[in-house]
Amino acid sequence: MKTTKFLSLALLTGTFLVGCSSDDNEPDPVNEEETITTMNVTLTPQGGGTTITLQSQDLDGDGPNAPNISISGDLAENTVYDGIVVLLNEAETPAENVNEEIEGEADEHQFFFVPNSSLNATIAYTDDESDYVSDETGENFTSTNPVGISFTLTTTDASTGTLAITLRHEPKKPNDGTLADAGGETDITQAFNLVIE
Amino acid sequence: MKITIFITLLLLIPLYGVSQDCTDTLTGQVMDYHNKTPLENASIQILGNQKIVKTDSKGKFQIPSLCPGLYELEISHPECTTTFIKVEVDDITWIDIKLEHHLEELDEVKVVGDAVAEKTNSALEESLKLKTLEQYSSGSLGDALKELAGVSSLNTGANIVKPAIHGLNGSRVLILNDGVRMQDMEWGDEHAPNIDINAAGTISVIKGASALLYGGDAIGGVIVMEQARIPAKDTLYGKSIVNGVSNGRGGNITTELIKAFESGWYLRGQGSYKRLGDHEAPDYILSNTGVQEIGASLQFGKQLFTWGWDAKYSYYNSEIAVLRASHIGNIDDLIRGINNGQPEIIRPFTYDIQNPRQEVTHHLGKLKFYKRFEGLGKWNVQYDYQNNRRFEFDVRRGERDNQASIDLELTTHTLTTDFKLDSKELYELQFGLLGRFQENFANPLTGVRRLIPDYEKYDFGAFVTGEYRLTDEILVDAGFRYDFNRIDAKKFYQTSRWEERGYNQEFQDLIINDLGTQLLTNPVFDYHNFSTTFGAQYTENNGSVIRVNYALSQRAPNPSELFSDGLHHSAARIELGDLRIKSETSHKISASYQQDFNNWGFTLEPYANFIQDFILLEPTSVEFTIRGAFPVWEYRQTDARLLGVDAAAYVDWTNSWRTDHQFSLVKGTDTENNSALINIPAANFRNKLTFVKPEWNNFEFSLESQYVFEQNEHPENITAFSPEQQQEVLLEINTPPEAYHLLGVNSKMEFPFKNNLKLTTSLTVSNLLDTNYRDYLNRQRFFADDLGRNIILQLKLNY
Repeated sequence: MKTTKFLSLALLTGTFLVGCSSDDNEPDPVNEEETITTMNVTLTPQGGGTTITLQSQDLDGDGPNAPNISISGDLAENTVYDGIVVLLNEAETPAENVNEEIEGEADEHQFFFVPNSSLNATIAYTDDESDYVSDETGENFTSTNPVGISFTLTTTDASTGTLAITLRHEPKKPNDGTLADAGGETDITQAFNLVIE
Repeated sequence: MKITIFITLLLLIPLYGVSQDCTDTLTGQVMDYHNKTPLENASIQILGNQKIVKTDSKGKFQIPSLCPGLYELEISHPECTTTFIKVEVDDITWIDIKLEHHLEELDEVKVVGDAVAEKTNSALEESLKLKTLEQYSSGSLGDALKELAGVSSLNTGANIVKPAIHGLNGSRVLILNDGVRMQDMEWGDEHAPNIDINAAGTISVIKGASALLYGGDAIGGVIVMEQARIPAKDTLYGKSIVNGVSNGRGGNITTELIKAFESGWYLRGQGSYKRLGDHEAPDYILSNTGVQEIGASLQFGKQLFTWGWDAKYSYYNSEIAVLRASHIGNIDDLIRGINNGQPEIIRPFTYDIQNPRQEVTHHLGKLKFYKRFEGLGKWNVQYDYQNNRRFEFDVRRGERDNQASIDLELTTHTLTTDFKLDSKELYELQFGLLGRFQENFANPLTGVRRLIPDYEKYDFGAFVTGEYRLTDEILVDAGFRYDFNRIDAKKFYQTSRWEERGYNQEFQDLIINDLGTQLLTNPVFDYHNFSTTFGAQYTENNGSVIRVNYALSQRAPNPSELFSDGLHHSAARIELGDLRIKSETSHKISASYQQDFNNWGFTLEPYANFIQDFILLEPTSVEFTIRGAFPVWEYRQTDARLLGVDAAAYVDWTNSWRTDHQFSLVKGTDTENNSALINIPAANFRNKLTFVKPEWNNFEFSLESQYVFEQNEHPENITAFSPEQQQEVLLEINTPPEAYHLLGVNSKMEFPFKNNLKLTTSLTVSNLLDTNYRDYLNRQRFFADDLGRNIILQLKLNY
């Protein structure tokens, strides 16, 4: 008797649990919060001239489509350009400006600008960590390692070549300015084919 | 009144054993409860009387010269539980006495856990005893299982150890935890079984799909963890083990307590806690490799010979740090990791568990009931509930360190029932049914697209297995099983991925909502799988045993194989499942030859596994994103062949000296492309020298050597364009590490005290020579060396 009771109870519990756990609600879509879809680099010549923009846009993030690259024009010879990098997450609406997060963690990020040997251009950082407000403390960083959200690009003679721009997360800081020494994880890496004339 | 007194006196007289002139006779027969086999040599004693009679070969007995009245008999038999029966004797009285003749459910074994019943007759099967499991108390299930020939593991560092049988792991290896098939997201390479090794009494490994009772899809095999039997007598006992572990600078503690009653009631509680900090390779700290593990279980019930029930709840939680240097951004980072020779991030030792890390929790509840039917067999019914929650935390930007990147909750309900007809001497038959409902919930609050979608899964299974004794030497067995699986998923695809996969040609009707860049789809797939097995066991009188077995098994694709879609940061790879994947079918033929001589013996186990539509994950191409290039790992199906052999031998040189030798080899081939399969364990050779001296407090010392060959058969490496280097580069993700040799020692002593108290101390040193090595089946081999020397001091107290 006891066993029969116990058994029917066990069976009933099972049936009950199986029976009522299904629901037909549709899952919510996930918008990637952390993806960087777009990098806009604006190069403004000091003393006037045509502003050049470089863009790499990868709207499907880790999807199969490769990023679209657009370059607004050629750089002028012997010119100093003020460069600004803006990162966007266009997977969210409205697009999120990722620069805020990079700035808040400036001590954990660094951009690296690597022109190849055929491109007659040099790069210099014009910002450092102390330009930015730490997310953690709410105050400006006290350290002064370069970040690279703003920089200068100085051209000399006419030439063609690539400029690779890489953002590293948690690199060794300070480092000798090379990617190999810095290590860390790559958040963005994109090469642009540039013409100086 | 007078009569009452007279009767009382009469009753009392025999009990006091006073001899008297009486002429009544008690006769009867003692037999086995299930199959009514007469039991010879059973003793029958009248309580309070010195006289003992024994049963004859027909199980019959006779006690003459008794006075009429009520007697209490004590019936005992060497292989049975002692029983007490009251009987009224009047003139010539006949009594049938049934004894439990099976050691299966409840016996009076004092040292529990050392007797392991075989699960199959003809298949390859090996088991680990409690003694070995206790040695691995501070390790994991996968570490302990590697003691067995043919069992290896796929590791992600030292804490995530997935057991592999005959070269196959994951969904192809079923894990039965005390009768419950674990549902703990076994589909992921970096998902270890959610099991506390200290909760097991014995572990059997069936190397193939021959144990159809447990499932039809065990193309690799089945791992059966069982509890030690609880005796049906009034007793309270337990044990505690404490381990101090040098590598990781921590340890664990585990305690078990059992209370049992002669009435069949029992209560069992067990708990374990483990904490280790960063592990160390010989030359550096493996930063962020700590672990914390908590396991606890409570079980109670009543076990009688004719019926019983059992209720159990177990809890498991582990927090595992994943090597910091193995979290990378893109293939350039991977190449740098491979070329560096040592991890890029080496920090001072810490106990902190930082990102990347995993946190998994497993709840398991079980209710089981059994009843034995006289002369027929035993009926089991069981309901179990499992809840598995997995969080994976990545190194993330912004304030997201405490926001998981993966947050999955898997809930499973299973109802099973089976009936075992074991009353006939020549054959045994078992049949059963299974119903299962499973639900996976992928939390959208991660802010990362789901790697595994929300789904509901329904399983139904039915099986029949049997064994038949052909002759004294030959036992044949066979089985058949049918499984139905339905998976009903709700998955978002990126529109670009949907088109790249070509799903817009074949599966357009699955779309239920078009959100522009994303598509919500509702794939519903049904799978019908058949499995069968037959084999024979031949035992010769000279001590040799030959087993031959064939097993056909089919496995439906798991959610990962169907739906994976996205970037896996822990591996810097894009993993893609395929909706077109169908069930895989394995034909496995195995044989074993076992021979024991006076002081040596050997076992030889060759096998061949032919798998049609084998599902595998392999690097195929490269995709570019704004983050750089990533290797794409795609699930695909091919025909595969696994050929292997396990060999083991032992020699007892003297009473004190013994050596054990073990060799395993498996070769995996993609027969469609005539290329090597990925992640097949390299050949390995283990030799052990043991010295035992029981007089010195059961002193035991062993020296073990393990030689792992280089895996010389592996898939080709791939080349990819590196945006950083602006050129094609070779990605050496399939290059295996070199061969290595490790030494280990273990010594043990026992100190018995009063009141069944016993202290056992042991010292184990693994990687004695602090050798630098990397293992082909460790997914972190690209970034860091494997563990250096580890010294484990263990104290065990039995009480």
